[in-house]
Amino acid sequence: GSGGFRKRKHDNFPHGQRREEKENVNPPSALMSSFKSFQLELDTRHDKYERLVKLSRDITIESKRTIFLLHRFTSAPNGEEILSESEVKLDAVRRKIKQVAQELIGEDMYQFHRAISPGLQEYVEAVSFQYFIKTRSLISVEEINKQLIFTAEDREETTNMTSNSHDKEPHTWSLKITPVDYLLGVADLTGELMRLCISSVGNGDIDTPFELSQFLRQIYDGFTFIGNTGPYEVSKKLYTLKQSLAKVENACYTLKVRGSEIPKHMLADVFSTKTELIDQEEGLP
Amino acid sequence: QEIRKEVQALEQTAREILTLLQGVHQGPGFQHIPKKCQKAREHFGTVRTQMESLKTKFPADQYYRFHEHWRFVLQRLVFLAAFVVYLESETLVTREAVAEILGIEADRERGFHLDIEDYLSGVLTLASELSRLAVNSVTAGDYSRPLRISTFINELDSGFRLLNLKNDSLRKRYDGLKYDVKKIEEVVYDLSIRGLNKEATVGAGGEK
Repeated sequence: GSGGFRKRKHDNFPHGQRREEKENVNPPSALMSSFKSFQLELDTRHDKYERLVKLSRDITIESKRTIFLLHRFTSAPNGEEILSESEVKLDAVRRKIKQVAQELIGEDMYQFHRAISPGLQEYVEAVSFQYFIKTRSLISVEEINKQLIFTAEDREETTNMTSNSHDKEPHTWSLKITPVDYLLGVADLTGELMRLCISSVGNGDIDTPFELSQFLRQIYDGFTFIGNTGPYEVSKKLYTLKQSLAKVENACYTLKVRGSEIPKHMLADVFSTKTELIDQEEGLP
Repeated sequence: QEIRKEVQALEQTAREILTLLQGVHQGPGFQHIPKKCQKAREHFGTVRTQMESLKTKFPADQYYRFHEHWRFVLQRLVFLAAFVVYLESETLVTREAVAEILGIEADRERGFHLDIEDYLSGVLTLASELSRLAVNSVTAGDYSRPLRISTFINELDSGFRLLNLKNDSLRKRYDGLKYDVKKIEEVVYDLSIRGLNKEATVGAGGEK
């Protein structure tokens, strides 16, 4: 028979023949026993991955809640309260991150990076948002990483996971945010700042929008400086960033032009219609 | 960027080895199998040097950061190594042996290593190559080889069924394995129905 096989149904095989192979395999051959160990290895890895994904989801949810909480922050008297509450929440998030760090001890962080990346980005967003509200400036990667060192204070270069071999007791873990995660988190932050800007207008706060528009412009300039040399995801965010910036700039423009004419309580109306539009465009809560 | 350059060089070598081994599919190629394996092994020497220089291009603890860059070529090299070993001894190459042939480590602790998923992917490629070989060896008049391949692939299939795969690329590749199994079964069936094999019963199974 040279080639020319017709597709045959399986029924063509007498049943007796098919049991044979089962018996051949029963004595554990070298191949089977090596596959047994592969099974173990893969299962271990998948379990770890799933645990990390779950942690990452929790981190995402908690961070989002923190951001919502911070949105209620208006220079109102309870501002301090909200800030301290957000701090408590972020501590809870950090505890989760600590668990992530523990999972990753002795592992190559990049192997599981995709499992934890979304959570870390969201955390960056929350932490930088809080930082902005406090200080009106942008938190640095180093600043973030400093808060992610658990049970010790020392940190080595180049490793994402540190277990100190020298001069400290061997219980130091730190999780380092990768630069890309940081950038993406900051890009998301701009969306939050845009909302903050619109809502502050609604509250009749005339100064904040101008501060924000300046701040956003700086971030935007930073991103355009990176341009398309960065990873693909960053370029995608750049577009959204541009939109956020435009919205904030327009808000400032409106304020400038009409601020002198319209009484404050009516400003709120003008912008509340705008906010609805923005929410529709965002598509994501 | 530098990693990419190294990987391209590796791909080039891999292509050469593949071309070399493709020779076994042509009728007269069967007599030259040992010689071809010999040559292929020489090429793996080149692979080892290229691997060495790839290792110097990134920090050892960031293997998975750049994993995507060489993943594909590594799987291909695993397949080639496994193919050579199969042609020589008709057994499945172990992970350690592959690592040795490629001049890398078998586990992560010791540097540039062979990821288990990449190893398994390479092995799956071997299965489809062998189902081709079964067909072509019949054409070349070698009627006993398909039976041996059949036994081998069935065992491989049982091995893979031990694994709990996730829905990823490996799983997709594994789903292709049953077609290879089926193909070989058909070859064996064709042979046995025409009395071209000496054993009356041939173990064939693994249909899902």
